Amino acid sequence: MLDLAIVGGGPAGLTAGLYATRGGLKDVVMFEKGMPGGQITQSSEVENYPGVCEVVTGMELMECWPKQCMKFGLKHEMEEVKRIVRECNGTFTLELLSGGKVQAKAVIVATGSTPRRAGFEGEDEFFGKGVSTCATCDGFFYKDKEVAVLGGGDTALEEAIYLSNICSKVYLIHRRDSFRAAPATVERAKNNPKIEFILNATVKKAYGDVMGLQGLILEQKDKEIDLKVPGIFVFVGMNVNNEVLKQEDGSFLCSVNQWGEVIVDLRMRTDVPGLFAAGDIREHASKQVVCAAGDGATAAINAIGYIEHIGEVKPC
Amino acid sequence: MGKYIELNASNFDETIKDGVVLVDFWAPWCGPCRMIAPIIDELAEEYEGKAKICKVNTDEEQDIAIRFGIRSIPTILFFKDGQLADQMVGAASKDVFKQKLDALLG
Repeated sequence: MLDLAIVGGGPAGLTAGLYATRGGLKDVVMFEKGMPGGQITQSSEVENYPGVCEVVTGMELMECWPKQCMKFGLKHEMEEVKRIVRECNGTFTLELLSGGKVQAKAVIVATGSTPRRAGFEGEDEFFGKGVSTCATCDGFFYKDKEVAVLGGGDTALEEAIYLSNICSKVYLIHRRDSFRAAPATVERAKNNPKIEFILNATVKKAYGDVMGLQGLILEQKDKEIDLKVPGIFVFVGMNVNNEVLKQEDGSFLCSVNQWGEVIVDLRMRTDVPGLFAAGDIREHASKQVVCAAGDGATAAINAIGYIEHIGEVKPC
Repeated sequence: MGKYIELNASNFDETIKDGVVLVDFWAPWCGPCRMIAPIIDELAEEYEGKAKICKVNTDEEQDIAIRFGIRSIPTILFFKDGQLADQMVGAASKDVFKQKLDALLG
């Protein structure tokens, strides 16, 4: 039986692994389906991670994290966890997509979040064929072409600015005329001659052919706009990845709020003993790398205390 | 030890023309591509002699990317005897890739 299972390999999961193993736990496994690093590896620039003074890409920021975090014995399994179940003796079983099962005394859930779809007609059909949620990945395919960005938050505006360096023009579509993004970012975007704002507008549908997206029909007040762009980047918020907590009967293993975010206390404890949550998955998450890392450390420190406290595990 | 095949303009058609072939379209700046890189490495070992596991660096081989209308990476195309048989966009776990390969291997 593992002392601790960590589900997810972004900043929260990696830091939890670092603290758990450096803090003395022996059998700690981090489950992450591929190379650890997480969602931040898709960010074009990070300038607010303290101690990293230059502006770096998300990929550069995460470069040495896995190596550092595995230095004290953290193991990484390239497996996807399907579900976490609590056993009658208080331990946990992780059901893997590959069919295997793993037992653990405690679990830290750090599965993060996934970009939300906006919900317009044709969005799913053209996803990967013109509709994208990763500007650093796909901006390259729209060199010297016109593209659209949908959203009004920090990510939308930052990535619009990033795309303006590659594309001939960026239309920023936002359903309001005010922005959630930081004022400095809004100002930078407004002063960028390649970014054109289309405000109080929504995307009604995407159209194209077998080779991909050809344009968008927008709705603005009582008129429709036909925007002929081969690409749209959608940044309309995130959904938390809480699938692993869903039980067979559809209920959640621990309490979650109305948005499905895990409810935790200041020690990152859920209302199930031995089950912790860290990073974007938890309620009131600031959704910043530095906060996720802090959560991971807090969860690990308290998981160590929990495992010491329970002592020997009794059979069911 | 099996290793993936790096495809380019000169070996692409020759490589995909027979058998089951997985082609991962990637680029060095793409986070999700980097995430699946170790999965591709493992698949290349596990499917040695059964399926060809290949990669196309879209930065260097733009013509191949254009030919298949690649607009998002990673995009993974599956070929059987030269015909496009399946495709997926974005990172996924190894089991998902294996299911698709096994289905084509029959």
